[in-house]
Amino acid sequence: MSILDLAWLIPFFPFAAFVAVSVFTYRNRVLSHRLVIGGIAASFVLSQIVFWAAALLPVGGGEHAFESALIPWLPNGLEVFSLGVYIDPATAVMLFMVPLVCLMIFIYSVGYMHGDPRYSRFFAYVSLFATGMLGMVVFNNLLAFFIFWEIMGTCSYLLIGFWYEKESAFRAGLKAFLVTKVGDLFLMLGLALLYAEVGSLAYRDIFSPETLEHLAHTPFLGTSFSMATVVALLLFGGTVGKSAQFPLHVWLPDAMEGPTPVSALIHAATMVSAGVFLVVRAFPLFAAIEGGVQMTVVAAIGAFTAIFSSIIAIAQNDIKRVLAFSTISQLGYMVAALGIGAYVAGAFHLITHAFFKALLFLGSGSVIHGMEHGHHHAHEHGEHEEEGEGAFNPNDMTYMGGLARRQPITFWTLVVGGLALSGFPLITAGFWSKDEILAQAYELAPAVFWVLAAAAGLTAFYTARMLCMTFLGQPRTKAAAHAPESVPSMTVPLIILAVFAVGLGWIGIPEHFPVIGGLIPNWFHHFVGSTIEPTHAPEHAARAMGHAAEAIHGFVWQPLALGLAFALGGLALGWLVYGWKPMQAGERDRVEAAMRKVWLGWFYDAMRNRFYFDEVYRATFVRASIWLASVFDAFDYGQVEGKHGVVDGLVNLAGRVGRGLSQVSDWLDSRIVDGLVNLAGRAGRSISEVSDSFDLGIVDGLVDGIGDAVRAGGRFIRPIQTGRVQNYLLLAVVEVLALVVAFFLM
Amino acid sequence: MTLQQILFFIFGAISLGAGVGVVTARKLFHAALWLLLAFFGVAGLYVLLEAPFFAAAQLFVYMGAIGILIIFAIMLTRGMMRQRHPRANRQWWLAGILAALFLATFVRLAWQGPWTAPAGPVPENSLGLLGLTLVDPGGFALPFEVASVLLVVALIGAVTIVRER
Amino acid sequence: MMVPLQWYLILSAALFCLGLYGALVRRNGIAILMGVELMLNAVNVNLLAFWRYTEPAAATGQAFAAFVYVVAAAEVAVGLALVVATYRTHGTVVLEDIDLLKG
Repeated sequence: MSILDLAWLIPFFPFAAFVAVSVFTYRNRVLSHRLVIGGIAASFVLSQIVFWAAALLPVGGGEHAFESALIPWLPNGLEVFSLGVYIDPATAVMLFMVPLVCLMIFIYSVGYMHGDPRYSRFFAYVSLFATGMLGMVVFNNLLAFFIFWEIMGTCSYLLIGFWYEKESAFRAGLKAFLVTKVGDLFLMLGLALLYAEVGSLAYRDIFSPETLEHLAHTPFLGTSFSMATVVALLLFGGTVGKSAQFPLHVWLPDAMEGPTPVSALIHAATMVSAGVFLVVRAFPLFAAIEGGVQMTVVAAIGAFTAIFSSIIAIAQNDIKRVLAFSTISQLGYMVAALGIGAYVAGAFHLITHAFFKALLFLGSGSVIHGMEHGHHHAHEHGEHEEEGEGAFNPNDMTYMGGLARRQPITFWTLVVGGLALSGFPLITAGFWSKDEILAQAYELAPAVFWVLAAAAGLTAFYTARMLCMTFLGQPRTKAAAHAPESVPSMTVPLIILAVFAVGLGWIGIPEHFPVIGGLIPNWFHHFVGSTIEPTHAPEHAARAMGHAAEAIHGFVWQPLALGLAFALGGLALGWLVYGWKPMQAGERDRVEAAMRKVWLGWFYDAMRNRFYFDEVYRATFVRASIWLASVFDAFDYGQVEGKHGVVDGLVNLAGRVGRGLSQVSDWLDSRIVDGLVNLAGRAGRSISEVSDSFDLGIVDGLVDGIGDAVRAGGRFIRPIQTGRVQNYLLLAVVEVLALVVAFFLM
Repeated sequence: MTLQQILFFIFGAISLGAGVGVVTARKLFHAALWLLLAFFGVAGLYVLLEAPFFAAAQLFVYMGAIGILIIFAIMLTRGMMRQRHPRANRQWWLAGILAALFLATFVRLAWQGPWTAPAGPVPENSLGLLGLTLVDPGGFALPFEVASVLLVVALIGAVTIVRER
Repeated sequence: MMVPLQWYLILSAALFCLGLYGALVRRNGIAILMGVELMLNAVNVNLLAFWRYTEPAAATGQAFAAFVYVVAAAEVAVGLALVVATYRTHGTVVLEDIDLLKG
């Protein structure tokens, strides 16, 4: 019994709090938030114990990842899925980060959600979310990983649409759920393929050298791709969805409709980084084949996402959307780092980013909160806004300005967070993690390096823009002029996170860094670098790791200098454009003005509209599925709904053709035949009678017959959608029967 | 024909005949009584299979609890019993064909299967073994606990659903 | 043991198909539940027959049969509650008349 065995209790506390709040105490707000915060605090304490135990031992006595005794979990006839705790350095650092960030955000929520009608429900959801995130981290197999991953997805959906009275929030929740499900489907297929091939989903089994060797040399369905490549790509599909990488990035900006603590917790610090964590976790699989296509794909998607979303972020005016695109971009950084093999650097950035991005989101929440209060205040005192009631948007940075004086704590902590995000040298955590990624990219993949360096410059620029627009100059609205500083339960977490946003970088200073390198040992690299033990990984994976390690053994000054030039240049440029002479009320955005001057207005419009991805998706995927649904609907119900469905249309068409035919025949009848009758007397009349009977008997009969046949066909098909359970059951039986026949009797 | 085979036919005939009664009886209450008889026949089969515990459980749980519950439900929705309705819906012929096809498939599979003779005797303490397996962490301890949670949830759910608002 | 395993399998198949037919065609919700009960019983006969004939020394088959009992109890409790609630709100237990799922 090791102290690490306690780790299984970590996800248990938030879950207990969730159950207690949702079943018993939801009427009592204070008790509810106390329970939830108590639960996460217990997890936090336990996580710290586990983390320090793991860090000092190191994990499992220095050699291996620690795995607890296994508990049989899902007996399924032939085999038993067992569940245990699995702790390796990557897990340990996640355990350091996740509960701490959760705790800060929960405390912050007490102030932020104050007075919300569904206050207790909010805390129950976030507690369940914490269960999902912690459970995903501590357990020892990919099936449990997937289950907790989906719990998080559900919580994300519930919390984005938390204010579901707002149409946009409800839609954003749905969008996030559906878009991430696309990725999850790939992940699930990957798990199924892996299980079919290996017969286990436990990390110890699937990442063992023999298994990796086997996967690397098994071709996938006779193609030239190996099984390892296909599985890795399928798993990466899950990452693309969850971590909002291109092309599934569209949900994250909309997810900002949720309450700001949710944006900080789920959509900045934890859940979206779960996708990156998946790649970290499964890194041996990604690295199983040297120079495999999967790593190229990962690096390319990551780098593209990083630059692409930082371009978009420049043109956003909603403070939370700026941060959302920034998150996408930073996640792209991590993914790119993993794709070039620098997985320690990627994990390091994952941890530091979680702290400073949570800080930035919470700070923006504090600003928004202040703006709302300022708006109410101004409203109460009869000082109506010029733009009117409906136009006020507390998130819009063009309405802010001059908040530095009104909200000093928020201002200074946000400055710290912003500097960390832009990689301000030496003092901020973001600098060290970004520098490590850039240094390794410079060695391993120069193309990726240039893209990431450019993205770093853009990041610094939009960060400076955001800070200047929000805090500097004169207030541009009355709301900004009256915005108060937030309550201590909101500002204290900001201060704590700001401390980490600076200090956390010091555990990962490269040893060969000039002057200060080696003062503090590069603990992070040694610790997390031992996640994949070179002796256990396949030979080439070990070589890749060794290569990555070499890259930082010698100090190379070019990437550092270039990275610094881009970061400081971006910050300085941002300050010159937006901070030197602060924006006035009603002034057009300066980048926009400049771009319009040089005929690039169309490009700016594209940036502001996020390169029209939402519109394109709406026009293609969404329209197509709605069209498909409505085809079926029309096929069934066109008639009932009063519109013309396919069946109905066919019936009508046949009827119309019939009517046309009989009109023609009627015309023949009355003009020519009558003339003949008049001309030929009785003989003619008898001919007319023959023609008439032909008309009635054959033409009409044919027409009616077609109509009846089609109508009967429609009647035959329509019961499929009767809404009666037994009809559905009948169809299910037909399908099961077909399957049984196909499987056993063919 | 051994005694066991004769007993099998008797109990099999009881459960199948009663099953026909269940699906064809015009009055719901009669259907419920037929259902109890079918349960009894199945309990006899369990005895033949040397699973006395399940035979007893069948009597208590199915004939006792579930049967009573169904009869209560029939009483509670008593208004329906007076109305004259056709007992089957319009898809009965299709359902009949499908059920027959299903049966044919199953019978074919049953004959095809590589079944062997009975494997050994039932151990003396098979019930004790079952109990140990159910609470053994290496066996079904977790499903067992989940099952108890399921029962509680079902109970609470049932109460919530029928509660007068 | 003179009864071949096939007999049990065929018997349980027949019982299952009877239950299936009942669940598919009866109009009354309670009668449908009775059909489901028949199907569950048939499954149990199958499970216990396989247990007896393949591996009587292990308790796995019995354990699964026990879980079927639990599921059946839960199902009948919730199902009947739903029927009673439906009767209260819609005034009917004829499932054909309840087609809220209809688009």
